[in-house]
Amino acid sequence: MASGAEAASPFNIHPMDQFAIRPLFGGDTLNFYTPTNQTLWLGLAVLAVFALLVMGVRGRALVPSRSQSVAEIIYGFVRKMVEDVTGKDGLAYFPYIMTLFMLILMSNILGLLPYSFAPTSHIAVTGVLAMLVFLAVTIIGFAKHGIGFLKLFWVMSAPWWIRPVLAIIEVISFFVRPASHSIRLAGNMMAGHAVIKVFAGFAGALGAGAVVPIFAITAVYGLELLVSFLQAYVFAILTCVYLKDALHPGH
Amino acid sequence: MEGNIVALGQAIGAGLACIGMGGAAIGVGNVFAAYLSGALRNPSAASSQTATLFIGMALAEALGIFSFLVALLLMFVGV
Repeated sequence: MASGAEAASPFNIHPMDQFAIRPLFGGDTLNFYTPTNQTLWLGLAVLAVFALLVMGVRGRALVPSRSQSVAEIIYGFVRKMVEDVTGKDGLAYFPYIMTLFMLILMSNILGLLPYSFAPTSHIAVTGVLAMLVFLAVTIIGFAKHGIGFLKLFWVMSAPWWIRPVLAIIEVISFFVRPASHSIRLAGNMMAGHAVIKVFAGFAGALGAGAVVPIFAITAVYGLELLVSFLQAYVFAILTCVYLKDALHPGH
Repeated sequence: MEGNIVALGQAIGAGLACIGMGGAAIGVGNVFAAYLSGALRNPSAASSQTATLFIGMALAEALGIFSFLVALLLMFVGV
């Protein structure tokens, strides 16, 4: 650990401590089955999705209640996004993209509660999600098109002499996708929480006169609310874009 | 004031890494500026391009986030 950097700082700010994973019921040992704060908040996110999408639409009213209309708006929004980006044949994969969107949205938003923990700020969580998308896209591509899926890397609209160069670039960009897909989400969430914590540290250092940091925290918090929705949307829509490549390879 | 060379390097490195965020800021600004100028010329086509807008924004912004991540890791996690 970098004790030097912390000693050199005039403020006693540790913005990364909030991301520590701790066992829920005391103790220090972390096994793969140990319930941690990660487990708790991921479970709460799943419960929130369940509450909104299953309990919320339980009434099935013709004139929807508030929770039912929120659930219907989200459903219609994601469905239209999948249809616009991937086309009609992409709708078969709509349930998976809806699941991804709702899980990421709920864990992002629950992570904004004070003293809570954002599961999506960990690269382990988003990395698994992105890796599953990557594997699914590759498998669907080869299952649907066989060897023709490789046309994705061979840009027919380019001049013939530039195609091998483009093929190398396309292959690299294809394999970098899970990394950028996961780091984008985890990095955004981690950055936002760390910024709030840094401003909170300023407020703590200034004591009672900390008007400016508190105002900044409020503003950043509003921005974070936007970012947590936007990153869930971006994750889902990039999944759609990758899926479109698998369903319709070639340029 | 005595210090150690690792802390100095961390602080300088984190500062240098944050330059990358300026590039991302220019990129995201370009994306939205181009979208807005296109949308004001042809408002009827604007709503069909919001998905493309957010994809472009995400791709540009990701690189800034990477550099910010490097800065955070340098400053607070250590190497």
